[in-house]
Amino acid sequence: MATISIPKRRFQLTRTQRRALVTGLIFISPALVGLAFFTIWPIIQSLYYSFTNYDILRPPRWIGLQNYERLLDDRVFKLALGNTLIMVIVGLPVHLLFDLGMAFLLNSKIRGLAIYRTIFYIPSITPVVASAIVWMWLFNGQYGILNVILGWFGVQPIGWLTDPNWIKSALIFMGLWFGGNTILVYLAGLQEVPTHLIEAAELDGANAWQKTRNVTLPMISPIIFYTIIINIIGYFQYFTEGWVLTATREGAAGGPANSALFYSMYLYQNAFQQFKMGYASAQAWILFVIVLIATVIVFRTSGWVYYHAEE
Amino acid sequence: MATPQTIRTAVPAPATIDWRQNRVVIERIKTTVAYIICTVMALGFVFPLYWLVVTALKTDVEIFLVPPSILPMNPQWQNFYQATIYIDFWRYMFNTFAIAALSIIGTVMSCTIIAYGFARVRWPGRNIIFLIYLSTIMLPAQVTLIPLYITYRSLGWVGTILPLVVPSFFGNPFFVFLLRQFLMTIPHELTDAARIDGASEVGILRYVILPLIRPALATVALFTFVNVYRDYLGPLIYLQNQDQWTISLGLKMFQNMYGAQWQLMMAASTLAMLPTLILFFLTQKTFIRGIALTGLKE
Repeated sequence: MATISIPKRRFQLTRTQRRALVTGLIFISPALVGLAFFTIWPIIQSLYYSFTNYDILRPPRWIGLQNYERLLDDRVFKLALGNTLIMVIVGLPVHLLFDLGMAFLLNSKIRGLAIYRTIFYIPSITPVVASAIVWMWLFNGQYGILNVILGWFGVQPIGWLTDPNWIKSALIFMGLWFGGNTILVYLAGLQEVPTHLIEAAELDGANAWQKTRNVTLPMISPIIFYTIIINIIGYFQYFTEGWVLTATREGAAGGPANSALFYSMYLYQNAFQQFKMGYASAQAWILFVIVLIATVIVFRTSGWVYYHAEE
Repeated sequence: MATPQTIRTAVPAPATIDWRQNRVVIERIKTTVAYIICTVMALGFVFPLYWLVVTALKTDVEIFLVPPSILPMNPQWQNFYQATIYIDFWRYMFNTFAIAALSIIGTVMSCTIIAYGFARVRWPGRNIIFLIYLSTIMLPAQVTLIPLYITYRSLGWVGTILPLVVPSFFGNPFFVFLLRQFLMTIPHELTDAARIDGASEVGILRYVILPLIRPALATVALFTFVNVYRDYLGPLIYLQNQDQWTISLGLKMFQNMYGAQWQLMMAASTLAMLPTLILFFLTQKTFIRGIALTGLKE
């Protein structure tokens, strides 16, 4: 009899534990309510809408997998997906490698660090629309300063925002400017690397590359991992910069030949310009699954991430 | 006779030292190269802002000069004034600040309470619940965008600022994480002592914890402000009445209507950037601490 009651008791909470549980749940209740109403319930609704034909005015009509089938034949959708993948596969590594490189340079004990830090950070807190307007002017094919400067070196004018072959490069280039805050995140990580580890490597005769490769990079790998995850999600949701730089007065967007139409922009057009809520929900769910797979892949291949335990 | 020879062998002449072996020289070359690259890049980062202000001060003729003038020939300060008339600039500014203020109140209040529940109350299962909560950061906003729009629409909230403000009263996983990190550094002895003295959890939060986490709350408030101020998609979807527009929507309309008036657009953009820039220079330390905290330590 007594032996039966022992496993039972393992799942029972003591009185203090129960009181702590109630107190804890009360404190986090805003989060639980928020999670339920602003996250979980909408996700379920979104899945439901993705199987319906819904224009908001009339109630949703169940159409099974038709939205998903139509997406497979939607050329514009595939184009938007392709454009977005290019941003993730090319833009993201370029962005993070640039920021990492800059952080290493800033960490080499240079003076005036605060000034550099400020300069690299400021673009990432300015309003996106205001900054994007500046970049439109810089990128202007005829009067833009970028082409003027390139012209000094004999480069023919480039249609940064008008040439389908250049527009994504232009956006990635601009993205470096917008994403300077990542430099500071890396720099903060680099400054936390304990000097005694680097000194120990030096005593062992490690050269600069070996120190970076075997000490510094492993020590900041959790931060690199974090920025990869956050930016994958960010690049899949790429919207405002692309929208502001390409949206016309008539409300169309996507640049020449839809070369800068990104996933979220197409989703926005379907949902809020054409009110195809069901179709857009199917897109949202495909995006959800893609981001999930991408995140799982990054987590699964995260063997290179080193978690240093402070003793 | 033998003495000079022994000296010569013992101390090699300085000229024979290979400079590549000299650590001081190498370090100096490295730092110089780092300086040069950092400075060039910094100039590149500053240039768009410089060009923004310079263009804002030119006339509508001078902006189209080829090659462009590096400084305005005759600074047109009235461009800034004109820009605020072409669009309803001050109204958009006021709207943006109103949304930001309400969002800051909501975020700071809710995130403090939630973070306290996760960090200072020891209840069974809190770590798992926290991980689940934190993982929602990874959810693309597009998934919840449409159902939320439909819900808000049925509540009659579309065309009001409520969809932009109300969610902030229910916490934000990112800021909760940030505050939780901060709360965990406060020694438990401090709160345990208050508990033994009979203080309630609310009392502990109010009188023991709150004074200690003010700097972290300032960071949360600042980041919330910047997020609201930069947001474009949210206002684009929910604010249909032009009277309620934020500055971002106003700037985009400016571009649609007076697209060739680059100097005025630049003037408006400069003015729109000023609040975040001023705020940054006033509160640099708070920003920098926030960045260090976001660099995930655990």
